[in-house]
Amino acid sequence: MSQVELDPNLWVDRYSDYLYNYTIVRVNDHEMAQDLISETFLAGLKSKKNFKGEASERTWLISILKRKIIDHYRKSNSRKGKAEVRMTYSDDDAEGDWLEERVEDLSDKTAEDTMENEELGLAILNCLEGLNDRQATIFKMKTIDGFDTEAICNEFNITPSNLWVIIHRARTAMADCLQKNWL
Amino acid sequence: MKIHMKCNEATHVCDKAQYKEAGFWERLSMKIHHIYCRICRQHAIRNTKLTHLFQRANLKTLTASEKEAIKQRLGQDLDRQ
Repeated sequence: MSQVELDPNLWVDRYSDYLYNYTIVRVNDHEMAQDLISETFLAGLKSKKNFKGEASERTWLISILKRKIIDHYRKSNSRKGKAEVRMTYSDDDAEGDWLEERVEDLSDKTAEDTMENEELGLAILNCLEGLNDRQATIFKMKTIDGFDTEAICNEFNITPSNLWVIIHRARTAMADCLQKNWL
Repeated sequence: MKIHMKCNEATHVCDKAQYKEAGFWERLSMKIHHIYCRICRQHAIRNTKLTHLFQRANLKTLTASEKEAIKQRLGQDLDRQ
């Protein structure tokens, strides 16, 4: 297997969106997610020499991020009594079939949906890494951030027809990649 | 409005339609093209599916300034390497 070299200068541009989407579903806090990502990159820099080149850069960073997320939860759970479950049947009027009310609601599939959508999101970002950097940036701005054609054209100093060619190529590549890895 | 669109025009309109930037008549011409052009029709189905996948994934990106902030936090450490 070929050795992978680390290239920290490109980390933020290449992986921050991937790491962000990975983190945000786990900590659900925009600021905290950004802190965790910065810490991950910093920890990555510090332990650069421990990187054996067996995994991809991103896999390696994710493994650091996982530790950071676990640490974050350890810290926030260290106060006791947070996980207590309370039943709210205090007086006689409120008596009900409390056991039955706690039976799993089968119509509620949100947790599974969230999980599946997270995997889909990471699959998409994974495919985006297959595009070249400029193409990926423009495609993301248009498709994920929803910028106007005009705004993107001004920023990159290209014509609308240039833009649509880039978008078309990116969409074709993305559809091929997702067909292989997702559908 | 054009009755007979070429394939490359239909593809272009299809791409624009994914971002709601295609006009009514353009879309109509595209639909007419799809009646007799199987390849474009299938391409359009795939292209639309891709749009739906993006909607479902509900991805978020960090803004350019947020990325810059992370870079700055890193920058000091990068210099020391």
